[in-house]
Amino acid sequence: MLETARCIVHRDLLLALRRRSDVAIALLFFVIVASLFPLGIGAEPNLLRAIAPGVIWVAALLSSILSLHRVFEADHADGTLEQMLLGAAPLGVTVAAKTLAHWLVSGLPLVAIAPLIALQYDLDAALYGILALSLLLGTPVLSLIGAVAAALTLGLRGGGVLLALLVLPLYVPVLIMGAGAVEMAAAGLGGQGQLLLLAALLVVAMAFAPWAIAAALRISSE
Amino acid sequence: MLEATGLECQRGGRVLFRALSLALAPGDVLRLAGANGSGKTSLLRILCGLLEPAAGEVTWQGLSIASLREEYSKNVLYLGHAAAVKEDLTAAENLRISTRIAGVSTTGKSILEALDRYGVPKGLVRRMSQGQRRRAALARLALSASVPVWLLDEPFTALDKSASALTEELVAAHAKAGGMVAYTTHHAANISDRKVIQLDA
Amino acid sequence: MKLFWYSSPQTFYPLAGTLAKWTGALAVVLMVVGLTIGFFVAPTDAQQGEAYRIIYIHVPAAWMSMFIYVVMAFWAGAGLAFNTRLSAMMARALAPTGALMTFIALWTGSLWGKPTWGTYWVWDARLTSELILLFLYLGFMALQASIDDPRRADRAGAVLALVGVVNIPIIYYSVQWWNTLHQGATIKRSSSIESTMLTGMLVMVLAFWMYSIAASLVRVRCIIREREAL
Repeated sequence: MLETARCIVHRDLLLALRRRSDVAIALLFFVIVASLFPLGIGAEPNLLRAIAPGVIWVAALLSSILSLHRVFEADHADGTLEQMLLGAAPLGVTVAAKTLAHWLVSGLPLVAIAPLIALQYDLDAALYGILALSLLLGTPVLSLIGAVAAALTLGLRGGGVLLALLVLPLYVPVLIMGAGAVEMAAAGLGGQGQLLLLAALLVVAMAFAPWAIAAALRISSE
Repeated sequence: MLEATGLECQRGGRVLFRALSLALAPGDVLRLAGANGSGKTSLLRILCGLLEPAAGEVTWQGLSIASLREEYSKNVLYLGHAAAVKEDLTAAENLRISTRIAGVSTTGKSILEALDRYGVPKGLVRRMSQGQRRRAALARLALSASVPVWLLDEPFTALDKSASALTEELVAAHAKAGGMVAYTTHHAANISDRKVIQLDA
Repeated sequence: MKLFWYSSPQTFYPLAGTLAKWTGALAVVLMVVGLTIGFFVAPTDAQQGEAYRIIYIHVPAAWMSMFIYVVMAFWAGAGLAFNTRLSAMMARALAPTGALMTFIALWTGSLWGKPTWGTYWVWDARLTSELILLFLYLGFMALQASIDDPRRADRAGAVLALVGVVNIPIIYYSVQWWNTLHQGATIKRSSSIESTMLTGMLVMVLAFWMYSIAASLVRVRCIIREREAL
């Protein structure tokens, strides 16, 4: 079972490596979206410092949605997804592996890039740590919940926009907790509570999402 | 022993077939015949568990495949319409991954041998023709002697004479060794069909 | 096992028709009674004056919007678990009514905001949660509308509804917390509620409930007619 999981993660990472531009585009989107806000709102430093956590988190959400179609669509199109449905490992394990690979490629880099954006917004350097930690805990949840929606909308005409509509309401708690952790820390109140809640969301998502994703994939593949 | 009883299939509001029963015993080669749209692919997908029938059930060794899930999948090789190969990988990488996912153990040597038998070129699948991709997909047959049930949906599509002959040879050998094969085809295949099911009677 | 006999769309169709007529009539009666109590009988609020009377529509609508989602998720889950077509049809029929309730709650909430705080929208925890609930309903309807195959549409919608119902408490509490962090205005409710006000509210809740049942049953009859060759 672990063998299969490792094989799938390795496969997806290898595929991402050979299609580097696809991955890079989603990450570039993250930076571009974050850069739009000052242009729209004005570059007053105090304002930017105040909205930085929220903006970075919203940008992370949007970037995550953009890359979600990549989890299953390509495999669905060339028939390899069916083979995974017929694999020797439980489907929950298989989809968990795919989601992990997706997060490694599309979510984890956001954690690394976020400090650059924080720099643009002149966020207090002491907050970088908690910002990175909130993203580290939150982006896997985004991948897991997003994968459910991606599995449900597999092959549909509405495609990416429908996926966004489905998933954004479900993302709200992660957004609130993630941005909230940094804002609490900025206010001197410590964001540990929110980080713990994020961790709880992550544990719950890891426990239940794979089965929802598996059920959705079976439904979409009939 | 793969058995199906009272299968009914509905697609797009139409009933494709109902009250269909079949049995595949070791050594059986079953051809599913019928015009386009008669439900051949749907029947194969029901047999491998990808599609739920509107009525009836499929059992493997007496147990329903819906309850067996991957216990049953381990015993099935399903090759559908799509080649099921990743464009951005080489044929060898594809084979290694697909056999690993299916739980079939292989060695680097056996993979290269299988690809050689089918004459699959080296390099990324993206650079291969349709026929070569099909060969790359079918090379799995040469590695799946240990998988009892083979469900093949139009395996001879896009194949030239030599690849078709090799496929027929592998299917016959598998049946002789006690495996079970069910396939659909529009070409005249040179396999001694012990059984034929006509789907648009 | 009379229950399972009614789970066949054909047998349910006439029953739904009769039930719809009765609950519809009951809804009209209750609505008249409730609005009379709410708009004419109940006393003026000490803090908010006459404007508060909109809660007789706002609160029942909000409660129904949440209740219907749970019922919808229940039927969707039943359809998924027992493979009964009618359960899935019921879930599909409930969604638009639930969305309507949510919309009414938001609209009346907005109308309440104007005389009370001077703005048509406040990022109050409850209103914000209602807005997200509206998106959940619309998402459910959009997903089902995008899938041509009815069976896949039913089952995909069911998974979405179940994921949604699990998330609703999480969403509600995180929005609550968010509201306290950012110290937005809250729609205050008087700690003690006068008995006539309570009666009026309960009558209106019943009225909305009867209306929802009637509307959903009419809709499910349409769905049955569409899908089954009756």
